[in-house]
Amino acid sequence: MEYNDHPLISVQDLKIYFQGDFETARAVDGVSFEVRPEEMVCLVGESGCGKTVTALSLLGLISIPPGRIGGGKILFKGENLLDLSESDFQKIRGNHIAMVFQEPLTSLNPVFTIEDQIGEAIKIHKHIDGEPLRERCIQLLQDVGIPSAADRLNDYPHQLSGGQRQRVMIAMALACDPELIIADEPTTALDVTVQAQILLLFRSLQKKRAMSVLYITHDLGVVANIAHRVYVMYAGVIVEHGKTGHIFGKAQHPYTQGLLASLPTRSKRGKRLYSIPGSVPNPALKPTGCPFHPRCPYAIEHCRSQFPELCDYGDGHLARCPVLFRHKQETG
Amino acid sequence: MLSFIGRSFVQKTITLIFVSIVSFLIIHLAPGKPSQVDPLNPKFTPEMVERFRQAFHLDKPLHVQYVYFYRDLFTGRTVSWKDNQSVLAKIWERFLNSLPLFIVGTILTWTLSFPAGIRSAIYRGGLYDRTTTFLSYLLISIPGFFFAYILIILVVTRFQVPVIGMETFGVANAAWPNVIMDRIWHLLLPSVLGATGGIAVLSRYVRSQMLEVEGQDYVRTARAKGLPPDQVHYKHALRNALLPFVTMFGLILPGLIGGSVIIESIFSWPGMGRMAYEAILARDYPVILTVNFFSAVLVLMGTFISDLMYMLVDPRIRL
Amino acid sequence: MKHTEKDRPARETRLEKALTPKRSRLEEFWVLFRKNRLAIAGLIIFILFFATALAGLFLTSGQNPVFDPAQIRLQEKLRPPMARANLDSLHPAEVPRLGIYIFGTDDLGRDVFARMLQGSWVSLTVGFVAVGISVFIGIFMGGIAGYFGQVLLKIDHILVSGLMVAGIAFMVTDWVLPGILLFILTAVLILYTVRLKNIAKNHARPAEFSFLEINAFSVDTLIMRIVDIMICFPSFFLILTVVALLPASIYNIMIVIGLTSWMGATRFVRAEFLSLREQDFVAAARALGVGNLRIIFRHMMPNAIAPVLVSATIGIASAILTEAGLSFLGFGVPPPHATWGNIISDGKRFIFDAPWLTFIPGISILIVVLSFNLFGEGLRDALNPKLRERH
Repeated sequence: MEYNDHPLISVQDLKIYFQGDFETARAVDGVSFEVRPEEMVCLVGESGCGKTVTALSLLGLISIPPGRIGGGKILFKGENLLDLSESDFQKIRGNHIAMVFQEPLTSLNPVFTIEDQIGEAIKIHKHIDGEPLRERCIQLLQDVGIPSAADRLNDYPHQLSGGQRQRVMIAMALACDPELIIADEPTTALDVTVQAQILLLFRSLQKKRAMSVLYITHDLGVVANIAHRVYVMYAGVIVEHGKTGHIFGKAQHPYTQGLLASLPTRSKRGKRLYSIPGSVPNPALKPTGCPFHPRCPYAIEHCRSQFPELCDYGDGHLARCPVLFRHKQETG
Repeated sequence: MLSFIGRSFVQKTITLIFVSIVSFLIIHLAPGKPSQVDPLNPKFTPEMVERFRQAFHLDKPLHVQYVYFYRDLFTGRTVSWKDNQSVLAKIWERFLNSLPLFIVGTILTWTLSFPAGIRSAIYRGGLYDRTTTFLSYLLISIPGFFFAYILIILVVTRFQVPVIGMETFGVANAAWPNVIMDRIWHLLLPSVLGATGGIAVLSRYVRSQMLEVEGQDYVRTARAKGLPPDQVHYKHALRNALLPFVTMFGLILPGLIGGSVIIESIFSWPGMGRMAYEAILARDYPVILTVNFFSAVLVLMGTFISDLMYMLVDPRIRL
Repeated sequence: MKHTEKDRPARETRLEKALTPKRSRLEEFWVLFRKNRLAIAGLIIFILFFATALAGLFLTSGQNPVFDPAQIRLQEKLRPPMARANLDSLHPAEVPRLGIYIFGTDDLGRDVFARMLQGSWVSLTVGFVAVGISVFIGIFMGGIAGYFGQVLLKIDHILVSGLMVAGIAFMVTDWVLPGILLFILTAVLILYTVRLKNIAKNHARPAEFSFLEINAFSVDTLIMRIVDIMICFPSFFLILTVVALLPASIYNIMIVIGLTSWMGATRFVRAEFLSLREQDFVAAARALGVGNLRIIFRHMMPNAIAPVLVSATIGIASAILTEAGLSFLGFGVPPPHATWGNIISDGKRFIFDAPWLTFIPGISILIVVLSFNLFGEGLRDALNPKLRERH
């Protein structure tokens, strides 16, 4: 697969801090990633690593007190989103960048019909109304796989099942043909069987509409299925990234290795399942040096004092662990 | 829908019956006899007292009295013990006096509370919010009669405007624009007073509802779709925040028969509140019980209307 | 270079120790509450008021009080605040303690400062006792409705209780003898069935009486209907009625206010209990065999108490206002005992000549009630997670 060299969206050294009563929570602490056109990128990490905050910041949805941008750029088609005024940002939201949230029940307004909610964005951004609008809504519902689309238009969110609601959210996001869709753990709140359907839906939509998807999840199984490239995030920093095959085949960061080792697979049957000791650090009280070092089996003295740089393993695969990098170089 | 109406009606009628029994018992079980029938009252000779007792069935056991009273109530024959007027006529007359106070007060309350509360919520923490919050607390905490006197002093000394009673004595002979202005001046202070407490409480409630709704996920979704802030606040948030208030609307009804005793006393306004107060003092049982009855009817009607409106307005509820 | 199993235990305990929360729930609440400056001001004023009331009680009671609220000095009528006492016209016993009338005098020459002190205790006790009663009833009714709500009452229960109430009613009205008989009969019946419950279980009721077994309605419905009935009475009128008809005393007022304002607390407690009852910790406690009463008081109540506390604080404010209103209308504590309401009431005739008789008690009531309201709202914001800032 050949990519263009101009990324669709490029996040550079983004820092987002939250001011608490006594301390500052460094939720996003120097994160850089990019999504290219027609690409499916996964952002992986446990709860509390800062991935949702990152996603919200791409749409300017972080509430500014208590949050604040500590630095960095978000370049969308060359333009820095952080410099945009609120009214300019509104023209991008829902239009060029759209988001699918985690909880479909609470994310849909209970007192408006499906047609109303899907059609809203189209009305605002594309100035289409009346019968053409209605037909577009029906088309969107069909695209996301909702049967009897025309009948569903006048339903209210509580009348649909969880899977259907999430499909409606996806339809809402697709409404204005955005170049980038951000999906924040869209299947976490759904049943396993429905999860699989929604995943396949994302994959087929991405291919059919030639758009990019930034898929945020904590589930590595999901990642393996659909992603072209993966970013692994921990404690507000990217610790490893590369093509899916590289990450799963030869992960080069202890955290990624730990995540992969804790996946139950057939080969581990009957044996004690590995789990990474300890817990994700409090964003306000992060360890010095490498954020992972308290839980890392390979940590040396150097890891406690020095924040590690990304080490290049070639072909777009980078990892933030000099210890393993040196080991790899020595053993070849 | 019909079954809901039917069930509601039956439940509320049963409640009404119990209310009538309880109020009857309270009145008759309280110590002290109505002044008219008190053998110690020097104005009445023993024969008159006895005749009085017989005429009002006071010598019969309580449950018989109960039946007599409510029979009279429903046939409109109940008569006040104080001045022998028909109770229903008295109530009607006082009701018409209280009505303008009530209407003006309610309009003021509801039209001022919402913009204030909504604005406070949208610009939470700002100067407007902090000022209105403090004012609200002040208004809730001030004793009604104290505030009344402050306002009276202000209005009378600064604006030379008459405030006591419903109209200035002798104004009926003046030209009709003067009569109307006079009425309005007299109406102003009591209704404003009645409204202030309500505005304070209602606007706080509007604010807290609005805040709660603004924190919901679907408001975030609306913003993520690129909707302009007006649509986010006034279409998505407000519509949900208003739901509980639609139901509160039905509960305004009981206010019709209320009428603050204190405000009416201070302004010498001949309204329902004072009538009930005077009836209590004179132990004028028919009046007290009738007022109580109507108040209960209004409360029950009010809650019924609230439930109905809630069903109509919230698509999640379909009984 | 994979790590080994034996590294785990030490590292884990080290890591997990770092996770325990640094602050207890009370401390977290306090931090949140502290930020609300108005609420802190409310709390401080409340403490001051409490101290004043207590001091007032001691300083104005007894035979020879430090500040005498009842001393009539007709020659010193309507003196303004901070006026010097006119020593020539006064007996030594009549001279105010500090030689000046700090808040002036009323139309009978009584020292307003002393009367204010005396009245503060009344306001305080009325507020607390009335709210105490209403909260107590509210928790009781709400707790039963919320926890035992689904228990269905059978027709026979209702009949027997109805007959018992009728018996009491007859006793109180004019049919004393039948009332006593009915009461004793039903009481015996209840005791009999309760004691011989086991035996009664084995007997099947004959077919004609099977209607007695029908479930009529639940405890929850019963309690909520009682609440509905109470709501139908306009509260101020009810209080006024009872206070006007009963002999005037401070206790009657407190009890009546308490008896007419428990409905709100009931609703809150019931709502909280209904939602708490479904939670896992209750099921766990029940599975462990913990008795109902213990579950209610030890496990559920601490969680449900928050809205009740808030409504109690605001209830105190409203009780103080109600008492002031009643005093103003003439139905408060009987004279010559002072309450803030009757100082205003006495002074309303002199409103243009002696405005301090209106303003001083009025502003005091305002400040005290305001402080309670602010404190209550601060409590509500600190205890309610939904209204916090979203991150």
